[in-house]
Amino acid sequence: MKSQTTLKMMLAAGALSVGMSHGANAQDTVKIGSVLSVTGPSSFLGEPEDKTLRLYVDKINAAGGVAGKKIELVIYDDGGDANKARTFATRLVEDDEVIAMVGGTTTGSTMAMIPVFEDAKIPFISLAGAIEVIDPVRKFVFKTPHTDKMACEKIFEDLKRRNLTKIGLISGTDGFGASMRAQCVKVAPNYGMQIVADENYGPRDSDMTAQLTKIKNTAGVQAVVNPGFGQGPAIVTRNYAQLGMNSIPFYQSHGVASKSFIDLAGAAAEGVRLPAAALLVGDKLPDSDPQKKVVTEYKQAYESATKQPVSTFGGHAYDGLFILVEAMKRANSTDSGKIRDEIEKTKGFVGTGGIVNMSATDHLGLDLSAFRMLEIKGGDWNLVASGS
Amino acid sequence: MAEFLQFLISGLTVGAVYALVALGFTLIYNASGVVNFAQGEFVMLGGMVTVFASAAGVPLPLAAVIAVVAAVVIGLLLHRFAIEPARGASAVTLIIITIGASILLRGLAAIVFDKQFHKLPGFTGETPIDILGAAVQPQSFWVLGGTAVVVVALYVFLEHTLLGKAVLATAANRLAARLVGINTTTIMALAFGGSAAIGAIAGILVTPITLTNYDVGTLLALKGFAAAMLGGMGNPLGAVVGGLLLGLLEAFGAGYLSSTYKDAFAFLVILIVLFAAPQGLFGRRAVERV
Amino acid sequence: MGALLNQRFVTLAVLAAVIAVLPLVFPSSYYFRVASLVWVSALAAIGLNILMGQAGQVSLGHAAFFGIGAYAVAIGPTHLGIPPWAALLIGAVLSAVLAYLVGRPILRLKGHYLAIATLGLGVLIALVISTESRWTGGPDGMPVERLTLFGWRVSGSYTWYWVTGALLLVGTWIALNLDETPTGRAFRALHDSEVAAQVVGVDVARFKLQAFVIAAVYASIAGSALAFMNGFINPDQAGFLHSVELVTIVVLGGLGSVVGSIVGAAVLVTLPQALTVFHEYEHLLLGLIIIVSMIFMRNGIVPSLSGLFLRRARS
Repeated sequence: MKSQTTLKMMLAAGALSVGMSHGANAQDTVKIGSVLSVTGPSSFLGEPEDKTLRLYVDKINAAGGVAGKKIELVIYDDGGDANKARTFATRLVEDDEVIAMVGGTTTGSTMAMIPVFEDAKIPFISLAGAIEVIDPVRKFVFKTPHTDKMACEKIFEDLKRRNLTKIGLISGTDGFGASMRAQCVKVAPNYGMQIVADENYGPRDSDMTAQLTKIKNTAGVQAVVNPGFGQGPAIVTRNYAQLGMNSIPFYQSHGVASKSFIDLAGAAAEGVRLPAAALLVGDKLPDSDPQKKVVTEYKQAYESATKQPVSTFGGHAYDGLFILVEAMKRANSTDSGKIRDEIEKTKGFVGTGGIVNMSATDHLGLDLSAFRMLEIKGGDWNLVASGS
Repeated sequence: MAEFLQFLISGLTVGAVYALVALGFTLIYNASGVVNFAQGEFVMLGGMVTVFASAAGVPLPLAAVIAVVAAVVIGLLLHRFAIEPARGASAVTLIIITIGASILLRGLAAIVFDKQFHKLPGFTGETPIDILGAAVQPQSFWVLGGTAVVVVALYVFLEHTLLGKAVLATAANRLAARLVGINTTTIMALAFGGSAAIGAIAGILVTPITLTNYDVGTLLALKGFAAAMLGGMGNPLGAVVGGLLLGLLEAFGAGYLSSTYKDAFAFLVILIVLFAAPQGLFGRRAVERV
Repeated sequence: MGALLNQRFVTLAVLAAVIAVLPLVFPSSYYFRVASLVWVSALAAIGLNILMGQAGQVSLGHAAFFGIGAYAVAIGPTHLGIPPWAALLIGAVLSAVLAYLVGRPILRLKGHYLAIATLGLGVLIALVISTESRWTGGPDGMPVERLTLFGWRVSGSYTWYWVTGALLLVGTWIALNLDETPTGRAFRALHDSEVAAQVVGVDVARFKLQAFVIAAVYASIAGSALAFMNGFINPDQAGFLHSVELVTIVVLGGLGSVVGSIVGAAVLVTLPQALTVFHEYEHLLLGLIIIVSMIFMRNGIVPSLSGLFLRRARS
């Protein structure tokens, strides 16, 4: 008796999975896939990415699609779980049969998905931060956000200009914070930087005064850098002001490059500097700036469609989508291999993150000039004039 | 000294929140024997409802009241539609139900509100107060004072009202309580409502310091559960002491030892305490019924 | 006894048949991937069920052993030059030794206190894994070398479907047999009443420890299998949420039921895949389904349904 029930259960489980299959896709559409962390601890990154992709695919289709074909966007939410991301990647490749992928919110998810797209020879434009995504170069993997190493370099450049060399680090122990901390430690000697304090906090911690007090009481700290993303840096910034440490220059990273950081940190954010994409200061760019048109148009479109302030995270998805679309146009084909070759030939692409010039050895195509050094003043982002 | 004081206040503030969550665990556990892993979700609701109500133009005190009421309603619904129908099921089954409830409430909050982080202004400004060299946020006093008020109110209720004594009687022996005419179902509903209110109050008090979003509950449930066990499950005093102790362990661990391993340090102490006192610090050393 | 043996045989035969037949209806290798995940989760859950369902002890930190198995096959070959298959064994031995060492003091605790102690142990191990990035790659995880057995490079969704399916069969066979050994009977006595078991001469501490070690080894091997299959591993797999997921699988499927653990794993792994069509309502529905199934099948899916079936058959 019992085993008969067993059989039924097993068949039911089987039927459930079979029920997930889809019908054949039409001739005049191409599928582009995406796996994003729309929920979970990285949802503040994944959500704007999700909204950006949906918004612009609709716009592209309304304008007639790409090379005569409409785009069908397939997005899955990995909830920040790399193992889930891996399964969805397989699903995109095997079941949905996408021709390309723009996604991978976190470095953890991206790294877990890379083998799937490499094996399937399908181009994968990642939206994750860490340098290990594109270093070493993998044939089918690209990315749009500036690397964490570049953020460290940009910050250290600024510090060097200000003749500050002894720094304290306070880093989140999430993937972003830990990876950027490691890069900063690695490149610090190149800029003559000396790390005299090195503290950490958990991604969900709600009070960092203990760590900051330690840094404050460390002799000779001339500046503090906070590699981290999410709400952590906002709390660090508030605690920083609470402890009256404002006299010590304070640097955030591109991990907080959305208006919500200024809202959350409030007055405490005044004077904080960070390297970020031109997108945040679109209205303050000179008209001659090549990025001005792209970033103001994206900001306007995103904010009017979502009623939420623009962030560079959504911008990375915009860049990824259009690098892909341009490549598809040039290739005039839906063949994944040909599209990959064209992505690699991307030259002079003006995106929200900078001017992208890819090559066989550089699957990011951005240099340090893509980063602007910003300072928060009067509750808004401001360009730091070089030399100050 | 200033450094010590800074760690102390930081630890007490965070610990007070753990204490309130642990208190919520204790109340429900005593009345029903259920370990409610959706307890953190009440804290989330308290913060999020207040944020969204005050963003809609409702004055902060009224928004806070709305948040508490909303949490209580959710707590009662949870009891009525998820716990009550499973009455008599084993302890693990009930735990899994509360885990399901926590997933459901998080999913609901992500849809009803959003997935962004939000803040509340400090109740009495945000200018730090200097206490012997330690810089303290005024909101810390609200958290500590609020926690004290909740603890005292709960004590008075349990010890000096008929209804409270009925709760204690139910906690001590459910069958005997029923035999003397106590409606244990009502008591359980009361416990869920009260526990939701305590959680929501914690959420409202602490959001100006810690910020909030739809999934802050998971970690708070974990820490609150740890605090309740450290103090001794079922003992309200133990819950408060356990919570404060856990907060202090984290703050002093981060300050004096290693900020990387501060959570490890806290759990190591919990393990050591349990090895020495298997029922927690203030746990009942009851004879096990065979 | 003969009937029991028979039932065990039938269960195994049905499981083997299901594993063999499913590929015939799978339209793409994505389905093999999902099925392999079910087999791996089921393997870990069967082990945990020996501890929870048979010996009646809760563990809220079981993913830690899963993580040890996974990182053993990641770190061993990459940093220490150990062959992958040997790393799997080392991981299992390490998990067993650790379970043995901490098991003695931890298992003295009862009920929720045991839950918090195992939870603490799990948090500690997960924290070490995500912090010691020189060895483990930190929170972003690290790549895992492919498994090679006698010159055969094990890779691809199809291959791993069969490998994990075979592992699950072996794991199921051992668990079913354990049920009928003196150890299994001692476990069940423990589950019913520790004191009674002690009175009739069961060495309670020893059997609890045995169940803990067995459960740890199951989880470790499942972890190694997942790491090999993914070619990549990160600390989430050792974390608290994964521990909770394993406990949920065991309870949802049915405490003490080996088949229940497999069904529980099948439900909890395929459900999020099936629910993606509901987009933002996914989590809400998942929570709702868990609550409703536990209310109406409070002993777990398999025991509740088979109980219902037996009652129908009798009347």
